Amino acid sequence: MGKTLYEKVFEAHTVRKLPSGQYQLLMGLHLIHEVTSPQAFSMLEERGLSVLYPNRTFATVDHIVPTASQLRPFQDDLAEGMLVALERNVAKHAIRYFSLDKDEQGIVHVIGPENGLTQPGMTICCGDSHTSTHGAFGAIAFGIGTSQVRDVLATQTMSMSKLKVRRIEVNGKLGAGVFAKDVALFIINQLGVNGGVGYAYEFAGEVFDRFTMEERMTVCNMAIEGGARSGYVNPDATTYAYLKGRRYSPTGEAWERAVAYWESTRSDADASYDDVVRYDGAEIEPMVTWGITPGQSTPVLGKIPLEAQFEESERESVREAYAYMSFEPGQAMSGTKIDVAFIGSCTNGRMSDFEAVLDLIRGRGFKVAAHVKALVVPGSQKLRKEMIALGYDKIFTEAGFEFREAGCSMCLAMNPDKLKGREVCASSSNRNFKGRQGSPAGRTLLMSPVMVAAAAISGHVADARQVFGLAN
Amino acid sequence: MLDSKRIEISGSAIPLRGNDIDTDRIIPARYLRTVTFDGLGEHAFEDDRRALKAEGKLHVLDDAKHASGRILLVNKNFGCGSSREHAPQAIMRFGKGIAAIVGESFAEIFYGNCMMLGVPCAVVGASQMAELMAAVEANPELTLSVDVRTRTVSAGKLSVPFEMPEGARAQFLEGNWDTTGELLSGQAEIRATAAKLPYFSDFG
Repeated sequence: MGKTLYEKVFEAHTVRKLPSGQYQLLMGLHLIHEVTSPQAFSMLEERGLSVLYPNRTFATVDHIVPTASQLRPFQDDLAEGMLVALERNVAKHAIRYFSLDKDEQGIVHVIGPENGLTQPGMTICCGDSHTSTHGAFGAIAFGIGTSQVRDVLATQTMSMSKLKVRRIEVNGKLGAGVFAKDVALFIINQLGVNGGVGYAYEFAGEVFDRFTMEERMTVCNMAIEGGARSGYVNPDATTYAYLKGRRYSPTGEAWERAVAYWESTRSDADASYDDVVRYDGAEIEPMVTWGITPGQSTPVLGKIPLEAQFEESERESVREAYAYMSFEPGQAMSGTKIDVAFIGSCTNGRMSDFEAVLDLIRGRGFKVAAHVKALVVPGSQKLRKEMIALGYDKIFTEAGFEFREAGCSMCLAMNPDKLKGREVCASSSNRNFKGRQGSPAGRTLLMSPVMVAAAAISGHVADARQVFGLAN
Repeated sequence: MLDSKRIEISGSAIPLRGNDIDTDRIIPARYLRTVTFDGLGEHAFEDDRRALKAEGKLHVLDDAKHASGRILLVNKNFGCGSSREHAPQAIMRFGKGIAAIVGESFAEIFYGNCMMLGVPCAVVGASQMAELMAAVEANPELTLSVDVRTRTVSAGKLSVPFEMPEGARAQFLEGNWDTTGELLSGQAEIRATAAKLPYFSDFG
């Protein structure tokens, strides 16, 4: 019987079985940022410990970065204090740091792949739940808490249980106007926001085979929204082509050895899975969330489901969602007025996300509706500069979007980019939790970048296929 | 370290109803702008509490009847969302200090974070949780006991079995849930494992 990539990589990184029954697992890449690391360094210092493998940890700053002006000191004293703490910690422990003045700076889950740090067959952790993104390369990647950040700094290992593996195949072809984000929202809608607890998700099938790395990242990014701490795609020629020539990618003869190792980690054809589900890509429509969990979604032309369509145990949450969003069951989502549009985040803040929108608006005179504030926030400095070099910033600003500095921005609103009051935001980010975008009463509708653009231009939720004249 | 053992946690309880309560609700992101975990307790569930107050209602965490609560009762998928340890850190620091959580199910990263902090999370069935919550709502003074030895939650006449992996149970009973020391003791094995992985030497 063959093995899955998850089993192979887990076994290769197992240091030993601990008396607790958990495994001590070696971490190949540790990414840190300003929010979840300062307390870990404090704990390390309280215990008189040092960093065991400083060359396997990389730091950046992303969550608190203002996107209007990055002049230091930041206007927010608390944010400035966090950045100062990070600078002190990385200097003291000789950890490589992608600071604000470097091209490599950006959202941690954008810059890892962009710089070739993220590679197949690795274990990758970060104090951030969207670390699952890196699984797109065939890595076991997952979010950890701050005490675990401490453990990884001190020992390059952590204590872990082995997950089960669910293979999720999407076959056939996606229709016009249907993107990786829609696939992610569809899967979560089908399997539930806690359907993946205890599992790693292996994404496979014809749709994933054809996906670019950036599309694979979008889906793996949202594995955690379905409860799966890790999601991955087996590495293939697409993966290797993406990695070739990146700053930290292997070169010369080492490249050949690397590809051989990466290939060896792929799931075997006769691997056994704890569960397998299959979907037809042709049945997936552009999706939009209507509620307060990423699973509460509908095809854009659909209606908000009735309470009776849910199981008894779900109904209280569903009533809570109707009330918070001020939506009526049975109401159509299309036509819902929006106030803000946000394109960015570790889910959809990469070049292909912006180009998908640009391809549809360029030269067609589309303008953001007068009442809508629309933000375009690139995922990294490097990407931002590339976009400017290509003139993309001008196309966006001429269409009425604000073109901002790189960072996490309005995905979680730890910086000044926040919703106000009960504003409704069409967002390409990953969470529509209550208060997520910075206003305790703010409302988030998750959708693909192209759907966000369609909503920004229309002033309300709209089917991008109609707005932009897309047909199969 | 005797005081690190988590054998039996007793006290009154706080019944916090709702499925899929996420970490943004447990501690809103604006309170993550800090380099310590101090002072997070008072901001636990702040937006939910304020929203109810504005409607003239009382959030269960603001209910004086539950002010001495040490055990939090929750429903399904508690702690979903981000990996922020600030969430369990805020809960631990709330009020008199929450020392154990009993729920129908927990999000994985949250559960692991609680484990690392010595806060046992006990998993019980939906109907048992309904009984426990009803009993506590009827009698807020009721003392609950989360017994890690027998994997039982008891409350007055109620006695409910809970699930907890054997490894986690042993760590709580022995007081060695803080893993750093144990992980460090495997230094030779750590280096041996790293030496076998081709990428640790950049495929050289």
